[in-house]
Amino acid sequence: MALDNIAFNDEGYMTDPNVWNKEIAVELAKKEGIELTDAHWKVIEFCRESAKDSGKAPTLRQITKGVGITTKELFGLFPKGPAKKVAKIAGLGKPEGCV
Amino acid sequence: MKTFLILGAGTGGTMVANKMAAALDPQEWRIIIVDRDEKHYYQPGFLFIPFGIYSPNEVVKPKRNFLPPQVEVIFSDIELIEPEKNRVRLGKAKKTINYDYLVISTGSHIHPEETPGLDDEASWLKNIFPFYTLEGATELSNFLKYWKGGRMVLNIAEMPIKCPVAPLEFLFLADWFFQERGIRDKVEIVFATPLPGAFTKPRASSVLGGMLDDKGVALEADFNIMEVDTTKQVIRSYDEKEIAYDLLVTIPTNMGAEVIGNSGMGDELNFVPTNKHTLQTDKWENVWIIGDAGNVPASKAGSVAHFMLDVVIENILRHMEGLDPLPKFDGHANCYIESGFEKGVLIDFNYDVEPLPGKYPLPGFGPFSLLQESHTNHWGKMMFRWMYWNILLKGGEMPFESQMSMAGKWA
Repeated sequence: MALDNIAFNDEGYMTDPNVWNKEIAVELAKKEGIELTDAHWKVIEFCRESAKDSGKAPTLRQITKGVGITTKELFGLFPKGPAKKVAKIAGLGKPEGCV
Repeated sequence: MKTFLILGAGTGGTMVANKMAAALDPQEWRIIIVDRDEKHYYQPGFLFIPFGIYSPNEVVKPKRNFLPPQVEVIFSDIELIEPEKNRVRLGKAKKTINYDYLVISTGSHIHPEETPGLDDEASWLKNIFPFYTLEGATELSNFLKYWKGGRMVLNIAEMPIKCPVAPLEFLFLADWFFQERGIRDKVEIVFATPLPGAFTKPRASSVLGGMLDDKGVALEADFNIMEVDTTKQVIRSYDEKEIAYDLLVTIPTNMGAEVIGNSGMGDELNFVPTNKHTLQTDKWENVWIIGDAGNVPASKAGSVAHFMLDVVIENILRHMEGLDPLPKFDGHANCYIESGFEKGVLIDFNYDVEPLPGKYPLPGFGPFSLLQESHTNHWGKMMFRWMYWNILLKGGEMPFESQMSMAGKWA
């Protein structure tokens, strides 16, 4: 299983983004009830890149601006809390917007 | 002569002006502070206005009263900040100020226009009110005085917001207020929030969520507002959930000052990217942040600005001596949560440690109880207004340490 030996924190975020890979993302997405399509991958890849530069998961506004999709479309791909959901699937920490 | 410039004379800027006036040699430095508004607002007091606990004149005083005489005060809007050229252009005052050091303390403000329908003219301040402005809080007070009841929805548009506990306090006080008015049975209270629960931090969220339950407030979690339909009187989320309202109390999107965006210094919400431990901006070494203006992931609150104060002052003075800044700001926040019926809850936390139960500020003794309701906590909050005007703004010693302590807490 892709998720064997992967460490998560109390809120279900991976503790080490470096051990993340695409198989893990597929499994994590399944747990959220999401089947990943190309549109999902575009968002996930943006988040991975963004986190590489800034050291943290992007906020909702950073994602919509960076990927070039509307907030509505983003909610369609990752229902309820897209920023948190993508961060989880992309193996990143919780977005810091929610303080 | 060198120039120390402060933009914004709210809680953070005023404290910095007072500290710097004491620290810098007046023969060598001139200190200038700029603000567009001559009035200082005690923002924590806005919460009490809708319920008639405070009147508007109790939360406003002239800014000049809290600034030392040697500080030059300019009342003007700010047109543009040019950090590459170390200068700031003022609008109304029609002048350009060249600075050696700049502190940005321009705060955060509500932007109802970010949510379609929210600022609809026929409804805004008629049955849709914010309470994060003096005007909104005052208008809401007039509305609530004669309201016959119905469904009151409190909605947070998106995070982050200033004082993330204020919405909960509003709900607790509303429950109390409607009971006092004898119409609690005619009012349905709904809390629609984009967060997964009552608050941002898990343990406090469960305690505070339990209190909402006890007070009969319905929680609609994970509600991300897309628009307000003022004809149908519903708020609609991105996933097409609708919540009907008779009275909508809104905490609209919070953003940093427009001049930050216009000057190309901010992120998507006009907050300036800042080192969360040193409070130096990421891009300009002589530009520093206090309070809400930066993007540091700490609560946007006066107590946080106060805990930032000693760190930012020390680091600026170190920088003037050619030393590296110290990463001493730990995200410390300390919030009195008014819970109605003259009781309150106190929480104390930082970047790494969520709010825990215990006693504060003296371990074991208190007098304040953490993460638990008590009358003493309420009186602490009431007393705080006096401390704010008389001690805190002037940079005086407060009986709380800047860095959070684990002493007296139960992990």
